[in-house]
Amino acid sequence: MDARIKPIVMPKWGLSMAQGKVTGWLKQPGSPVAVGDEIVEVETDKIAGVVEAGDAGVLRRVLAEVNTVHAVKALIGVVADADVPDPEIDAYVASYVAPADVGEADAGGESPHRLVTTDSGTLRYAKRGEGGDEVVLIHGFGGDLDSWLFNIDALAARTTVYALDLPGHGQSTKAIADASGEGLRQALEGFMDALGIDRAHLIGHSMGGAIALRMARNHPERVASLSLISPAGLGPEIDAAYIDGFVAATSRRELKPLLERLFANPTLVNRHLVDEVLKYKRLDGVTEALGALAAAQFPAGQQRDILAGAVTAGGPRVLVIWGKEDSIIPAAHAAALSDRAHVEILPGAGHMAHMEQAARVNELILAHLAAARAHA
Amino acid sequence: MARNISFKQAISEALDLEMRRDPNVIILGEDIVGGAGSPGERDAWGGVLGVTKGLYAKYGDRLLDTPLSESAYIGAAIGAACCGLRPVAELMFLDFMGVCFDQIFNQAAKFKYMFGGKAQTPIVIRAMVGAGFRAAAQHSQMLTPIFTHIPGLKVVCPSNGYDAKGLLIQSIRDNDPVMFCEHKALYGFENDVPQESYTIPLGEANVVRDGEHVTIVTYGLTVHRSLQAAEALARDGIEAEVIDLRSLSPIDWDTVIDSVERTGRLVVVDEANPRCSIATDVAAYVAANAFSALKAAPRLVTAPHTPVPFSPTLEDLYIPSGEKIAAAASQTLKPALAA
Repeated sequence: MDARIKPIVMPKWGLSMAQGKVTGWLKQPGSPVAVGDEIVEVETDKIAGVVEAGDAGVLRRVLAEVNTVHAVKALIGVVADADVPDPEIDAYVASYVAPADVGEADAGGESPHRLVTTDSGTLRYAKRGEGGDEVVLIHGFGGDLDSWLFNIDALAARTTVYALDLPGHGQSTKAIADASGEGLRQALEGFMDALGIDRAHLIGHSMGGAIALRMARNHPERVASLSLISPAGLGPEIDAAYIDGFVAATSRRELKPLLERLFANPTLVNRHLVDEVLKYKRLDGVTEALGALAAAQFPAGQQRDILAGAVTAGGPRVLVIWGKEDSIIPAAHAAALSDRAHVEILPGAGHMAHMEQAARVNELILAHLAAARAHA
Repeated sequence: MARNISFKQAISEALDLEMRRDPNVIILGEDIVGGAGSPGERDAWGGVLGVTKGLYAKYGDRLLDTPLSESAYIGAAIGAACCGLRPVAELMFLDFMGVCFDQIFNQAAKFKYMFGGKAQTPIVIRAMVGAGFRAAAQHSQMLTPIFTHIPGLKVVCPSNGYDAKGLLIQSIRDNDPVMFCEHKALYGFENDVPQESYTIPLGEANVVRDGEHVTIVTYGLTVHRSLQAAEALARDGIEAEVIDLRSLSPIDWDTVIDSVERTGRLVVVDEANPRCSIATDVAAYVAANAFSALKAAPRLVTAPHTPVPFSPTLEDLYIPSGEKIAAAASQTLKPALAA
């Protein structure tokens, strides 16, 4: 088979995704595509997203019609160089066999999520990949490990990736003994201890970024590198109306406009995404947990903890990624680390760059991890 | 963690979690433990379909097997509620409420009003509703509209286990009497339900499918039939929005009106008999409050005005089918297509 022929397949976004619906092609057959170009829009029962090109070439075949549903890893299009003859492409399509969907929840009857008992309560986590360095993904305020659904598998190719639900979040214990930034750092430390993770690359989003910064300050020996996506902890400003509104929201009507503020493209917030967040918010103890976190960390509409000093010249390598259109925490905060970190400001992304521009964010993080390894 | 469990398990879990959380929660009903007078087989039955099985071992005499007298134990439960307990009474089949209706509509529903807000009656009456079980005319009715008629009663009728658990926990915590209607054909239906406690507010509908051409409003078993209809309609290019009311009192008019204002077309599906039903209620409300948005007359798909037949063939015809719902939706689109 001609190695210049590359498949476009139905992506697997998150552990529970089994199929997705093609909702629109952004490139027409015959169009040239570059790596990272947005090719096709896909909707799952959780979220709408865009598949970006992993290979350059020409979009030679569009195999999935709009509004049709396809299994994860099914062939939905073909990219190849312009000079690959058509019969070869047809032969490729005809003989394409979708790889088995490994690690699927229902395949072995085993849950893709696990629980671990720590001093901060029972924490839920996902583990992907084997061997290599260890990586820990730390979500933000009100999020959970599924915030990383576009990232976890890409990052797990060469490393062992853990994504946890912080206390008060996802399906971890809802009671938070200490809702301060230091309390959450201790929860992360307890999580790493319980799983025997001595040293890890920490990837933190928003409030999770501030937790990673604290970890680097208190225990630099346990931090192989930092990747911070729209992190808290680098300046006082934060969208207090978002934080307060998120804590108080009790209905889809209240929640949807708030969630739309997280994205540069608000149409990514579909009904299912809102429903998932609402289901979380309706669990016993969540409103109290979020209220305590907001009061401890974002009192009087500002961030309490400024942690830029956690990053020092001799410390772990730092990557800062920020959506230029972030309306929750301003991208200008990245300047606090611009002399000590690799800073990437992404146009067209908001507070959730790791969802909105997942391919670009994954690429930046993988390069950062490789550089950190080479540096070590 | 969330896992796939049945509607029946979800209800059992809600009862278990609330009994664990609040010592004032008690359960009364016929055969909910071992059957009255059968001490050697305590916990053997767990109710007519086994929903409360296993709870006696955990909570002992907070589960009371009652004599076969609905008028007695529903009255006792209402009295206990007024005195500070949170009873969940299992009425088995809602069809039997006739013999205890005074206690429900003239006592429980009125206390808060009659005592100037000083009394509250935090009781939940669970009962099976609906046809399809080959249980004949006296065990198969969808009597929800009888209760929505009474101010002071809340009425809930979930369509799946996730909603059932969250709505039942909310109903137990609610300080007003709640009629909790469980469609017997849904007990085996499975979906993802968190292990933890959570609540769903009473009076909030759920849009289970987005669509732009026609709004289908329903609740209970017919939510699933409406979704089948929507899939069939989609093959013809018609996108139906399906609204699961979940709570019938209070009712989420905003979600219904918002949807009809976008689609301009309404089909209401109700397994109850057609006169003075949820279907007529929704159609009348929309006609009165969003008439200018309507592009076609609302269509009602209901059971016929007959008792539920015992003949299996006739009983299958009795419950609104996906085909009938799809046909009604298509009807609402006809004038526009002809224009």
